[in-house]
Amino acid sequence: MAAADELAFHEFEEATNLLAQTPDAATTSRSEPLTLQGHVAVAVDSGGSYGAEDEVEESDKTALLQEEKQQPGFWTFSYYQSFFDVDTSQVLDRIRGSLLPRPGHNFVRHHLRNRPDLYGPFWICATLAFVLAISGNLTLVLAQRRDPSIHYSPQFHKVTVAGVTIYCYAWLVPLALWGFLRWRKGVRERVGPYTFLETVCVYGYSLFVFIPTVVLWLIPVPWLQWLFGALALALSAAGLVFTLWPVVREDTRLAAAVLLSVIVLLHALLALGCKFYFFQPLPPVHAAPPPQATSLPPSVLLPSTAPRSAST
Amino acid sequence: MAEAAESPGDPVTASSRPLFAGLSDISISQDIPVEGEITIPMRSRIREFDSSTLNESVQNTVMRDLKAVGKKFMHVLYPRKSNTLLRDWDLWGPLILCVTLALMLQRGSVDSEKDGGPQFAEVFVIVWFGAVTITLNSKLLGGNISFFQSLCVLGYCILPLTVAMLVCRLVLLAEPGPINFMVRLFVVIVMFAWSIVASTAFLADSQPPNRKALAVYPVFLFYFVISWMILTFTP
Repeated sequence: MAAADELAFHEFEEATNLLAQTPDAATTSRSEPLTLQGHVAVAVDSGGSYGAEDEVEESDKTALLQEEKQQPGFWTFSYYQSFFDVDTSQVLDRIRGSLLPRPGHNFVRHHLRNRPDLYGPFWICATLAFVLAISGNLTLVLAQRRDPSIHYSPQFHKVTVAGVTIYCYAWLVPLALWGFLRWRKGVRERVGPYTFLETVCVYGYSLFVFIPTVVLWLIPVPWLQWLFGALALALSAAGLVFTLWPVVREDTRLAAAVLLSVIVLLHALLALGCKFYFFQPLPPVHAAPPPQATSLPPSVLLPSTAPRSAST
Repeated sequence: MAEAAESPGDPVTASSRPLFAGLSDISISQDIPVEGEITIPMRSRIREFDSSTLNESVQNTVMRDLKAVGKKFMHVLYPRKSNTLLRDWDLWGPLILCVTLALMLQRGSVDSEKDGGPQFAEVFVIVWFGAVTITLNSKLLGGNISFFQSLCVLGYCILPLTVAMLVCRLVLLAEPGPINFMVRLFVVIVMFAWSIVASTAFLADSQPPNRKALAVYPVFLFYFVISWMILTFTP
């Protein structure tokens, strides 16, 4: 009996000691490795009677934090779950960070903090694709109201076009950029270019500013539309440039300038292409959309118009 | 435990060893004979159950399935936090609703194929791949709902929008005009809100609390797109 009492009292004392020394150990999930190591040291020193299972817990936690690279294989579900490990507040914070780019404020370092996610890019692209198609359709409805000779149709195929365009842009361009940066960096430095996921994240979140812009493009005032478009493009491209500048400035000036201007140019082409393709009400005479800029990737509709524009 | 596995399949050896049979009568705490006695009657009962659903008439089977689907429709129309939709999931209801919706969204007019409304296959793909994507999303975010349960809930919660489609088609039989559009807009908005409330009532509990909004937003987008297809339908 005396031994059991002694044991119980001993546990309680050690628990209060441990809690006093590391008061926030239980609450925070992203605690610094240093603090956690201290916690482990305390648990180990206090003997085996209390921390038998707690030791295993703490050592598991440190193992997880230190060996972060030891991820499950890509054929397991938990591998992909690690890309969706974000909370609502984190996603909102990242969106806010993409809306307000600041010169010294690197999106990847400040907001992603080595935890890129795929939730943001995927659903922002989906939302943008649907909002583009819906707004384009609404523009046609509003145009028909003013001018009843315009032929209205739901134009559902534009959803497909929008989806393919946005997703291709948001995933293939970061792939090309990542590949290019890796090639320039060579294999000398491990700390250098961003990982592929971080690049996809940057591009995905930078497309968010186009969602309200596309909705505002419903206002049928042309100069206002161009103003909104330019504003959105400036914000979005600025976010991209500020994020990529620290990586690119170590390269030669020519390469840096070319890379940044190509990125801005591609972004501008996307914005322009969307504006022209989705927001041009069809004149009643022609049955096909007017010949567009060649910025769109080959999509379903273009093969029918390509021979016409090629012949002109 | 190996003996326990052997004893139910070995009634002959059990009977050829009267000593052990006596032991089974006396000692209740021994798990080996008790397990043997318990599993054997259960097996015959399962066999009876199997043959009963095999031998029943087709009408019984169909009516049972239809009643299950109808019960779930009621649960969607009056959403309460009950587990019926989740426990006994089935995909008949979603299939019926999706096919009905896709058929009603067909236009009879001879428009150019590219310029028209959604084709049957497009509606089908949007509904099913949208539901699959939302399910995958909620599972990846750490929700503890099974794949088919989530598909079942999302599919059944299309019911209010199918009703809205019916009402819209009826309203479109009247003369077109702004009142026509207002009525349709009102109906679609109400049904859209109903779908969201119904599916959130079933799905929200399965998510971790700090990610509920992340899991509910794709559902909102999904039903918004379907509502848009319904609203822009013109015969």
